[in-house]
Amino acid sequence: MFSALHSNRPLQLVIGLGIGFLFGFLLQKGNVTEYDVIVGQLLFRDFTVVKIMVTAMVTGMIGVHALRSLGLVQLHPKHGSLGMTLVGGLIFGVGFAVLGYCPGTIAAAVGQGKMDACVGGLTGIIFGAGLYAHAFPYLSRTILPRGDFGAQTFPEMFRVNPWVIIVPLASALVGLLYWLERAGL
Amino acid sequence: MLSYLTMPEWSPYAVGIGIGLLSCIAFVLSDKPIGCSTAFTRTSGMLEQLIRRRSKVRDMAYYRQFVPEIDWEWMLVLGVALGACTSALLSGEFRLEWVPSLWAATFGSDHLPRLVTAFCGGVIMGFGARWAGGCTSGHGISGTLQLAVSGWLAVAAFFASGGLTAYIKYGLGG
Repeated sequence: MFSALHSNRPLQLVIGLGIGFLFGFLLQKGNVTEYDVIVGQLLFRDFTVVKIMVTAMVTGMIGVHALRSLGLVQLHPKHGSLGMTLVGGLIFGVGFAVLGYCPGTIAAAVGQGKMDACVGGLTGIIFGAGLYAHAFPYLSRTILPRGDFGAQTFPEMFRVNPWVIIVPLASALVGLLYWLERAGL
Repeated sequence: MLSYLTMPEWSPYAVGIGIGLLSCIAFVLSDKPIGCSTAFTRTSGMLEQLIRRRSKVRDMAYYRQFVPEIDWEWMLVLGVALGACTSALLSGEFRLEWVPSLWAATFGSDHLPRLVTAFCGGVIMGFGARWAGGCTSGHGISGTLQLAVSGWLAVAAFFASGGLTAYIKYGLGG
């Protein structure tokens, strides 16, 4: 439906910049540009990160699937495997806790004047991503294909209508947020 | 309206709803889920092209998949920095800070240890993000909201090992 818009490359770069601008604005207003808030979440002392992520998941889950039901958008689930997603995710978590920012929030932290993010973290991520490009041929022959589950979604896996999962899942996530507030976290 | 823009902090629920809606907008306008970590891969490729032969770099299997050039996601990450900068300037929160206070309380306020640790953490995270095929945005928000198996598995792994590492870093030390 919007294929002319999607294939207009210069315009897409401007849209990407605009969406990023709003994303960064929200991240800064949400305080997740702070090392203390992110590490505080990993230590279960501060639940700001979970509150933002879960609210975004619920909103986006309902919104994107509603748009999909209307035929306005297509899903793009990422391909994964245990060797790729699980192992890579565990490595990511270590770096996440050591650095105290993630690839999105670090860009926002740099914009806010965090020099540890700019001088230390940003150069580190670029270096790490470059190292991975060199390790990729070896990893793609060995670990990455282990336990491949494709680019599946849970509704496809269980062969159900997406809303059969979204309604109880979104309710459970809202319940989790309610519980966090009740517990004073 | 203007007073909202100059507030230092919004409710996390307002921010979360905003990010969720922004994800919907990205799907409609760009047919793409929001993500950040490929921008770092493309940047590393662009930098490597400065020190090695361009064709050699572009011939690497990974850079054939993620061509070292400026794309939608790269512009998005640039936008994130500009948006956060604007927000911080509006609320008067913009300031140069070398050592976060939680770090300083445990490890002291010297710049160098924090910078070295941040660099090392960045290397591990950049490597891990590309290994996992995404980060807290691409998997953690965009993957989970699409109900992607990869997204939910990744976010569980991020927080499990992140939590354990943070516990070792701070918890054991008191």
